[in-house]
Amino acid sequence: MMKIGILALQGDFEAHANRIAELGAEPVFVRKTEQLDEIDGLVIPGGESSVFLNLLGDTGFEKLSAFVRTKPTFGTCAGCILLATEVENPKQKGIGALDITVRRNAYGRQIHSAILEGPTTLKGGLLEQVYIRAPRIERVGPGIEVLAERDGHPVLIRQGNLLAATFHPELSADTRVHAEFLRLVAECKK
Amino acid sequence: MSDTNGNGLRLKIGLAEMLKGGVIMDVMSAEQAEIAEKAGAVAVMALERVPAMIRADGGVARMASPKVIKEVMNTVDIPVMAKARIGHFAEAQILQELGVDYIDESEVLTPADEENHIDKHAFTTPFVCGARNLGEALRRIAEGACMIRTKGEAGTGDVIHAVKHMRQIVKEMRQLTIMTEQELYLAAKTHQAPYELVRMVAKAGKLPVPNFSAGGIATPADASLVMQLGAEAVFVGSGIFMKGSSTPLDLKDPKERAEAESRAKAIVLATAHYKDPKVLAEVSEQMTGSMKGLAVSGIAEADLLQTRGW
Repeated sequence: MMKIGILALQGDFEAHANRIAELGAEPVFVRKTEQLDEIDGLVIPGGESSVFLNLLGDTGFEKLSAFVRTKPTFGTCAGCILLATEVENPKQKGIGALDITVRRNAYGRQIHSAILEGPTTLKGGLLEQVYIRAPRIERVGPGIEVLAERDGHPVLIRQGNLLAATFHPELSADTRVHAEFLRLVAECKK
Repeated sequence: MSDTNGNGLRLKIGLAEMLKGGVIMDVMSAEQAEIAEKAGAVAVMALERVPAMIRADGGVARMASPKVIKEVMNTVDIPVMAKARIGHFAEAQILQELGVDYIDESEVLTPADEENHIDKHAFTTPFVCGARNLGEALRRIAEGACMIRTKGEAGTGDVIHAVKHMRQIVKEMRQLTIMTEQELYLAAKTHQAPYELVRMVAKAGKLPVPNFSAGGIATPADASLVMQLGAEAVFVGSGIFMKGSSTPLDLKDPKERAEAESRAKAIVLATAHYKDPKVLAEVSEQMTGSMKGLAVSGIAEADLLQTRGW
């Protein structure tokens, strides 16, 4: 069985664990860097990206940076921000593995949060997208494949073994995005 | 406003999900908000006076001035919450207009209605409400609350009632899970809560919204205690920026500023690593000073804040 780590320092890690378990993989809550050695792939959940940075500290940040460059990683919302090369509003440190520029809280505050439905290149029709104080991807590098967009901005992207969403697929009943991640993990394990 | 597809509720609960494992800190100024964000707070509660000061000052405690709230909103990038009086839907309308991310219908402020709480379904902004037991939690959820926190006894730095209320809610939920379908009707009557919600808890073994802890949490060990008892995140009110019972730490004084920073940071780390005694020992050692506090057992019944709300 595939072991999928979920960074569980802060955020909606439980919602991710539920989706992963529904798809038949084993979710593992990662709170210590040593645990990174035991997992086949990692999910960085939604939450507050500034809090993640704070709780990781310098050592945790370096170990995580090394991990995401070798094993499949999936970031949603704050997780997507953490993986980016460039973060704005305000400027903030990123792991720099995902070649994008991302803007925090780009759509406004909680009253501007929204649930939308839109097309995706994933098979199976329209995809529900739950946006909560969401960031916006404002630039993508040449190696990025766009799987879904909102108003011309990419919202679901892939770059090699990395998958990222500015919305929260973990809060939808539709498991296609998580299934896509598990496919990346299975391929990498081969 | 109607929410026929339930998407509004999902968004409100969704933000509460994002706050799990974090610490929400009371702040009275942009300067305090900045310290809280830097220390790793997941959100801040913008106030004019923290509960310990309200308790010491007496008088009528109302919603904070929009000036203070806006100042905090303009300073930090994390979610900002603010408190409205129980039943005071006009204060809540003002807070929604200001654009705060969560409204706390709070017993810490002087209640504005002796019978009714705010109809929280009527708002786009999500609400958090306090509870001492399962019935109270479910009544608030029926009214539209999307996050529940224990009431504890705010402004005391005494964790005893945060513990009491969390244990009570968790115990009552566990009892529901072993009841027969028939017994659940009586349980709804006993808890004075809607049958549908009682049944939902019986099936899931937990509340349909996140369950946080508040009311007297002052140290890293306190945060770990309530998290181990079942809290999914922690509110820290007077525990970070207060020196005495009614005087805040002076942030212009480098020593007192360092004290506030160390307390904030220690509680954030303790909440994230609440099951790891090694981390808890380290952060407890690094923390300098703690709120003096006021034992709940010495407070007269009439002066308790937790009995407000119905």
